[in-house]
Amino acid sequence: MKKNFLYRTIDLYYDGFRHMTLGKTLWAIIIIKLIIIFAILKIFFFPNYINEHSESGSESDFVATELIDRASSP
Amino acid sequence: MTNLLLNIDAGTIDWSRAQFALTAIYHWLFVPLTLGLAVIMGIAETIYYKKRTDFWKKTAQFWQRLFGVNFAMGVATGIILEFEFGTNWSNYSWFVGDIFGAPLAVEGIVAFFMESTFVAVMFFGWKKVSAGFHLASTWLTGLGATISAWWILVANAWMQYPVGCTFNPDTMRNEMTSFAEVALSPFAVEKFFHTVISSWIIGAVFVIAVSCWYLMKKRHICLAVQSIKIAVIVGLIAALGAAATGHKSGMTIAQVQPMKLAAMEGLYDGGKGVGLKIVEGLEVPYGLSIMATNTPDGYVPGINELLNGYTKPDGTVELSANEKIARGKLAIQALADYRKAKAEGADDSSLFTLQSSLKENMPYFGYGYVENKEDLIPPIAVNFWAFRAMVGLGSLFILFFGIVLLIVFDIPMVSLIFRRLFSALGLMDERAADRTTPADAMPRWLCWAAILMVPLAYICSESGWLVAEFGRQPWTIQDMLPTWAAVSDLNAGSVALTFFLFLILFTTMLAVEINILLKQIKKGPEL
Repeated sequence: MKKNFLYRTIDLYYDGFRHMTLGKTLWAIIIIKLIIIFAILKIFFFPNYINEHSESGSESDFVATELIDRASSP
Repeated sequence: MTNLLLNIDAGTIDWSRAQFALTAIYHWLFVPLTLGLAVIMGIAETIYYKKRTDFWKKTAQFWQRLFGVNFAMGVATGIILEFEFGTNWSNYSWFVGDIFGAPLAVEGIVAFFMESTFVAVMFFGWKKVSAGFHLASTWLTGLGATISAWWILVANAWMQYPVGCTFNPDTMRNEMTSFAEVALSPFAVEKFFHTVISSWIIGAVFVIAVSCWYLMKKRHICLAVQSIKIAVIVGLIAALGAAATGHKSGMTIAQVQPMKLAAMEGLYDGGKGVGLKIVEGLEVPYGLSIMATNTPDGYVPGINELLNGYTKPDGTVELSANEKIARGKLAIQALADYRKAKAEGADDSSLFTLQSSLKENMPYFGYGYVENKEDLIPPIAVNFWAFRAMVGLGSLFILFFGIVLLIVFDIPMVSLIFRRLFSALGLMDERAADRTTPADAMPRWLCWAAILMVPLAYICSESGWLVAEFGRQPWTIQDMLPTWAAVSDLNAGSVALTFFLFLILFTTMLAVEINILLKQIKKGPEL
């Protein structure tokens, strides 16, 4: 019986991951990298500056103040 | 950065710029090899598809394995750049996010998913799908990576030449008026072709270097020779293509970023029939005019003309920097007045007048932040030498690929004459000159030169980005927002901290990748 597309897709990934050799090392590196980037760097070092310094809904006022105040006087 | 009238720490600006540059430079170590190896592995598998020999299957799988290592190491290195937009460059993010963010979003949703879907079929599907579907998946993996590059380069091109947008003073955002104008901007199209084609040089150089190492070790001779044959053709076409697209880009830059061109040349006083400096005191007559206008007597403005104003050949007047600064200040004042009037409930007629003044002077908005016109000059030394590194090395690659081509392909008479000439010059063993098998004919010095070409190719590629991005200074968006207006008011120390964190993280990743790649190269193909 011809297996359907969904089965073949799942089988592709399942079989592929199961028989990885070098791929296991690379995936470990990818996962560690993603944890460092999203769980550490993003949370602790890269907050959204405008969200932190302005009230919700007032972002345009905050940016306007920033951009207008930074200009020199005519 | 001495003209700051604000209380932004100059260190914040410099560290933010340095951090972005560091992240971008590291990201660009992985991307071009992905783009370049994608072509080589695609060709190798196409030959396998035609010939169906185990040799070509293993050859394709070998280069795909190295592609996979580089792909895995490069994944998500670009995400950090997007974090930096939101944290370090928050004014920039808000001001242009609606336009800049769109191509980045498309890249993530479409291109990256395409790449990551088909790369799974490429690695897992050898025994699961038909040869034709597998071949298509291999090419679609490369196409996905290339489409990713398209959208990122559209975003970067928009920074250099902002089009298809209008500023909304109520939301403080630039809003897209034409997606087509942004996505198909001539600057973006030329940048895409030049960047992608030059990435193929890196792929070609890498493959030739690895293959030459095998030749020197007398291992996998057949794979090495066949791979060199593929790579040298790709490399030579790419090197010539990069030169052609680079010339086209130069012409566009002359139109929309003339200060960048002047900085690249260290040209203070422009004119007609300007020569192209190789180094100070040595120039190609009329070279810069040809590069900028395609005519030997074309007019090229220098830094002084751009700062002091001049009349272009078509009769239009380019305003002086002081005039642009004055109009920029009017634009910012009009924005301030408009927002104040709106908050106070002014009538529509007053608001319309203020909006009109803003709109009229909006093209010079960014100049309103400039006090000293000299701050409009990009760093000349960096631009000058980076441009020469790029063009000089690009020319070297044409020569290198040409020599390798003549050695590995037995072109009747031509190859023999060439080898005899090399032999007469002492660059090739006499016996090797008469041999027609490339494995014997490739002199050892050329194999070592091929290995040396790898770091040189990266230096060339990164130099191109230095020209692109240093030449854009002081603008984050050309004419719209200088760096000191775009940057977030962060503590310089915190930005410096993340700079060094990235330096450690990326250097570690690079060391890991090089280690894994070298191990896989030493291991060789499973022939």
